[in-house]
Amino acid sequence: MRIALFVACYNDALFPEVGQAVVRLLRRLGHDVEFPAEQTCCGQMHFNSGYQDACIPLVGRFADVFAGFDAVVTPSGSCASMVRRYHPVVAALDAARADPTLPERVDAVGPHVYELSELLVDVLGVVDVGARFPHTVAFHPTCHSTRLLGVGDRPTRLLAAVDGVTVIDLPRSASCCGFGGTFAVKNADTSVAMGLDKVDDVVASGAEVLTAGDTSCLMHIGGLLSRGRSPVRVMHLAEILASTGVET
Amino acid sequence: MTATNEPPVARRDRPEPTFRGTPPFPDAARAALADRQLRANLGRATTTIRTKRAAVVAERADWEELRLAGAAIKDAVLHDLPALLERLERAVTTAGGVVHWARDAAEANAIVAGIAHAAGATEIVKVKSMATQEIELNEALRLEGIDVWETDLAEMIVQLGHDLPSHILVPAIHRNRSEIRDIFIDEMGQVGRPAPAGLTDAPPELAEAARLHLREKFLRARVAVSGANFAVAETGTVVVVESEGNGRMCLTLPETLITVMGIEKLVPTWRDLEVFLQLLPRSATAERMNPYTSMWTGVTPGDGPQAFHLILLDNGRTDTLSDPTGRQALRCIRCSACLNVCPVYERTGGRAYGSVYPGPIGAILTPQLRGIAKHPVDKQTASLPFASSLCGACFDVCPVRIDIPEVLVHLRGQVVRQSEAGHRLPGREAVAFGTAAWTFRSPRRLGLAERAAGIGGRILGPRGMLRRIPGPGPIRGWFRARDLRAPARESFRAWWRRTGGGEGDRR
Repeated sequence: MRIALFVACYNDALFPEVGQAVVRLLRRLGHDVEFPAEQTCCGQMHFNSGYQDACIPLVGRFADVFAGFDAVVTPSGSCASMVRRYHPVVAALDAARADPTLPERVDAVGPHVYELSELLVDVLGVVDVGARFPHTVAFHPTCHSTRLLGVGDRPTRLLAAVDGVTVIDLPRSASCCGFGGTFAVKNADTSVAMGLDKVDDVVASGAEVLTAGDTSCLMHIGGLLSRGRSPVRVMHLAEILASTGVET
Repeated sequence: MTATNEPPVARRDRPEPTFRGTPPFPDAARAALADRQLRANLGRATTTIRTKRAAVVAERADWEELRLAGAAIKDAVLHDLPALLERLERAVTTAGGVVHWARDAAEANAIVAGIAHAAGATEIVKVKSMATQEIELNEALRLEGIDVWETDLAEMIVQLGHDLPSHILVPAIHRNRSEIRDIFIDEMGQVGRPAPAGLTDAPPELAEAARLHLREKFLRARVAVSGANFAVAETGTVVVVESEGNGRMCLTLPETLITVMGIEKLVPTWRDLEVFLQLLPRSATAERMNPYTSMWTGVTPGDGPQAFHLILLDNGRTDTLSDPTGRQALRCIRCSACLNVCPVYERTGGRAYGSVYPGPIGAILTPQLRGIAKHPVDKQTASLPFASSLCGACFDVCPVRIDIPEVLVHLRGQVVRQSEAGHRLPGREAVAFGTAAWTFRSPRRLGLAERAAGIGGRILGPRGMLRRIPGPGPIRGWFRARDLRAPARESFRAWWRRTGGGEGDRR
């Protein structure tokens, strides 16, 4: 099976360790993974901010770069939902008519795109990935992974199978952390108010580590934790699943 | 009824407050977020109601089928609206009612005033109604010398408090019991029967004070105004759904009844009500069945109002209908479930939205009713589609499956296009997004940008976390309360190129 990694632009620039963890994890499970170097961004930031015509070339690039792979894995529920739910919408925009083959190319690649927990559980059929992580962990179910993708309990099943881990349930766990892409800066006060409530829940839970399937939400919550000098660390789920207990 | 025996009507001397002048959402939200009492009142109320809603919805194994049916019926109405409205008009007229058509708020208000004047009324009792709030009927009638009394308990609290509603269903959700007691003591005597001496904030006492105050208004009024939750095109039946019975007092006691109804409130047949009378109470008040469901068809000699006027209100609805993505907002049955689950609404409250329609539904309905499909809108209106983190909780609970996030994003596109069309030079934001898109169109440019960011990050944040970086407002907005991970020294793509994908990491 040919698996491609779509690392997501902010992981590429800010959190390369997340992409590296995915690669390490998949190789440990016996799968090779390719990184098509022509990839850039899924276009979600532009799409959600109203610059929808600007993401037409990005959507076309995504469809072409990842055509032909059996599976495209991304460590982001948000980017996976952008590709599966909204790339067809972009392809149907009036301004996309100049590229009449776009809808077809988009529809060909979309069904092969998986968020990491979907790839592991549904495609590779594995729940116990052989990880060891002897820490207390709280899991934040991110909005796009749950509501747009419907990953359900896949991430928490993967997490529960990790050796040595103690998983803590957060109260109001389904409540948005307040990141919301450009919402975080356009409505910074509201975003921070939402985030601080999440931080309170995380800190009160006694967790050492907060994890999620989206680095973007963790960047926001982690930024608040850091500003508040909290010792709680944020880690992408991929980093925990890639861990063998030696590194940390 | 003889006017001479009636107590004098105490005219209100202050103008009715309106939402006009509300600042754009981020600014209005900032003020609301600073109000700790408001945050506490809202947090408690929304948590209670959404927990109860989830419980009663979970009782129904066919809830998803009901939602699909509700959406399908409303879509069918929108698809065939002109013919169905004419059918409704014929049915109402046949049953002895009079149907009026109003293009906008001014026309609707003038029609109501004309009917009230003709009936010799100097005061009107009102059933809770969103459409009449939308057209600011109370203020229009006050200018015509007609007093309007809100009779829904929460609307009465808002009106007595010279306040604005902050929720579709629970307009005084931002008030707690002791605030309500103070409003009753200070204000009831100004406009009618005063609050009983020694009133406490115990709910039964507050309810009794409201009952006594309203009773004299019900018994005196000659004209009532209502909205409509539904109207059945086939039979001409109008439906009002309420919880207190005060609405039914208005709908049955006065001689003249005027109903102002948005043109999208139709259902084709009587049987279609079956779906909505299941969806609405569970979504709105977490009740299995609605307490007071009033239905009437024209007039009945010797029973209830002897004159019935139905005003069909457009006020931006056909503009909304013209937008294939945006028109799903017209399915809305005003249940408020989206407000109660919204993490933004829960923290800012409803008044920050600057409209009688707050919360997620307001963020997509208000700009459309204000004509965003046809012309550029003001800054406050343009800020509404951005007042969401796009978390999607609203879509999950919507009983008629309005994909609110989809419409929000669609409207953001309209705002951006209108802004670009209105300026000869692109603004700072457009330049930033244009530069980002240009970078993302080329992996080589992206790689160079990542290298530059990595170098910059090392200078600005030697320990890996940035506490601030220089930049315009949005960047300062991030750093007011949040740190940011510094860009990596080596991006993922650079690492992959250098190590061949970390082949050495194999284990």
